[in-house]
Amino acid sequence: MPIHDQGYRHYTGERTLHGRGWWVIARAGMLERLRERRFLGLLLLAWSLFVVRAVQLYFGETIARAVFFAPSERTFQLFLDQQRLFVFFITIYAGAGLIASDRQSHALQIYLSRPITRNDYIAGKLMTLAIFLVGVTWVPAMLLLVLQVLFSGSLAFVADHPRLVPAITAASALQVALAAVTMVALSSVSASRRFAAILYAAIAIFAGAIAAVLRASTGNAGWVLVSPANTLLVVNDAIFGGSSESAVPLAVAVGVLAAIFAACIVILERRVRAVDVVA
Amino acid sequence: MNTQPAVSLEGVTVKYGAHEALRDVSAEFPSGATGLLGPNGAGKSTLIKALLGLLPPASGRMRVLGYDVRESPLAVRARVGYMPEGDAHIPGMTAVSFVSYCGELAGLPRANAMQRAHEVLFYVGLGEARYRNVETYSTGMKQRIKLAQALVHDPDLLLLDEPTNGLDPNGRDEILALVRDIAATKAISLILSSHLLPDVEHACSHVVVLHKGAVATQGPITALKGTSGRLFELRVKGDEAGFADAVRAEGLECHADGGGVLRIFVPEERGSRLLFQLALRHGVQVRHLRASVPSLEDVFARALGEEER
Repeated sequence: MPIHDQGYRHYTGERTLHGRGWWVIARAGMLERLRERRFLGLLLLAWSLFVVRAVQLYFGETIARAVFFAPSERTFQLFLDQQRLFVFFITIYAGAGLIASDRQSHALQIYLSRPITRNDYIAGKLMTLAIFLVGVTWVPAMLLLVLQVLFSGSLAFVADHPRLVPAITAASALQVALAAVTMVALSSVSASRRFAAILYAAIAIFAGAIAAVLRASTGNAGWVLVSPANTLLVVNDAIFGGSSESAVPLAVAVGVLAAIFAACIVILERRVRAVDVVA
Repeated sequence: MNTQPAVSLEGVTVKYGAHEALRDVSAEFPSGATGLLGPNGAGKSTLIKALLGLLPPASGRMRVLGYDVRESPLAVRARVGYMPEGDAHIPGMTAVSFVSYCGELAGLPRANAMQRAHEVLFYVGLGEARYRNVETYSTGMKQRIKLAQALVHDPDLLLLDEPTNGLDPNGRDEILALVRDIAATKAISLILSSHLLPDVEHACSHVVVLHKGAVATQGPITALKGTSGRLFELRVKGDEAGFADAVRAEGLECHADGGGVLRIFVPEERGSRLLFQLALRHGVQVRHLRASVPSLEDVFARALGEEER
């Protein structure tokens, strides 16, 4: 373009078909977060446990006396459980403003007046958060498995535990999906990212506390299901083949998670609209 | 020039719950610049959102650029640029990344969207400020960037919802000059929604007037302004309101502008003499009488007046 030509010109280039809007939204959301040093610091911190576990694996495989560091399926389940803390902070940091900020700046009408659907928009926002969460759950867990193979010099461990890879994948997916869907739904409730963050933290922290109090006072293990995080633990236990300490039926726990997902979908369906109708 | 209307509506009704925001609206918006006029609450913004497929009509049919809105909302939105009424931006972005992002959302490849963003930002006069965060922009700049994001994918139709809201006179003139240029020389049809008659008169050749959710009148502005009679501006001393009622009782159209001036349409066969006779009969003094030219304001007042009747 000549430097003097600053007038309006018609566009004659390529236009892609509809259906990739979610990826445009997800990519922009991720790039925006990755420009923040604090967030990068949080991501790095989230990998600190991976480093610890990697060192343990190394000693477990190379030093005969450190056999107690030798990995098992439980090692990977524990690793994913311990990553919950970082999942919590990353979810709040990267997720609270995903829709709330758009509501505050009236950006929903900008998005939805483009050739993208509400599902594209929601999927893009979910992906923004989910990719970061996958990066601190599934990716380090699988890398640990790869390191185990490298340190031991054989595939024997993987061959002896054929359901480990699917279990890590399923447990990570569930953990990521629950955090992402809940946070995005809560983010759509308000135009304040701070309010959305407080709401998420309140649910995560107080639900756990309430569950513990109810369980202790009534002696009924079923009360653990009041807390989404505890419910997730029950399901993860089943995924990794363990026996649940809470003795809660798996079907009930799955049902609770399904109800949470359904509630989030209803919230998103009602809140993500270009036109707010006040009845 | 394309003779196919850019937008056509047949019996469109849009409801918010039990409230009918648009009632059986049938209208045509030809190619070029069309004003969508109406007082606040007339249904202008609702109509625009319905055209974008954001508000499904309870009944009726809408076609935009040949596409049925109900059947192909995404195809419509790919070819339409929308400038919303209120402040709207994506937080945390510079102007150029915001406009480029909007281009990508509309289906442009990333590199092309970025190039278009630079071009349209220069076109709307934000070239020098394109690396500034949008949140630091003044009201006038925010209006311009909303226009830029609506233009970035080179739409065939622009929907401008109150584009001069909150602007000072200079800013308003500059936006209207851009709007006029877009419609006149860039071959982009546009619908300019406004309650400001001079804005529409300045930029548009056609007009659709909405009132209480229904079409009050529509057509080319010149044709609507045309009258079989003559228009007089009149000032009287005495009972102005009573005189205006007497004029209306005589079957004439009379609009008071609130500043002491009555604008009265007199049929061709009945001259200004009639006004003097009425004044005499009603006991008021005619202090000023001048033949005038019908304006869009008269069209608007007449349309709304007929609706009220």
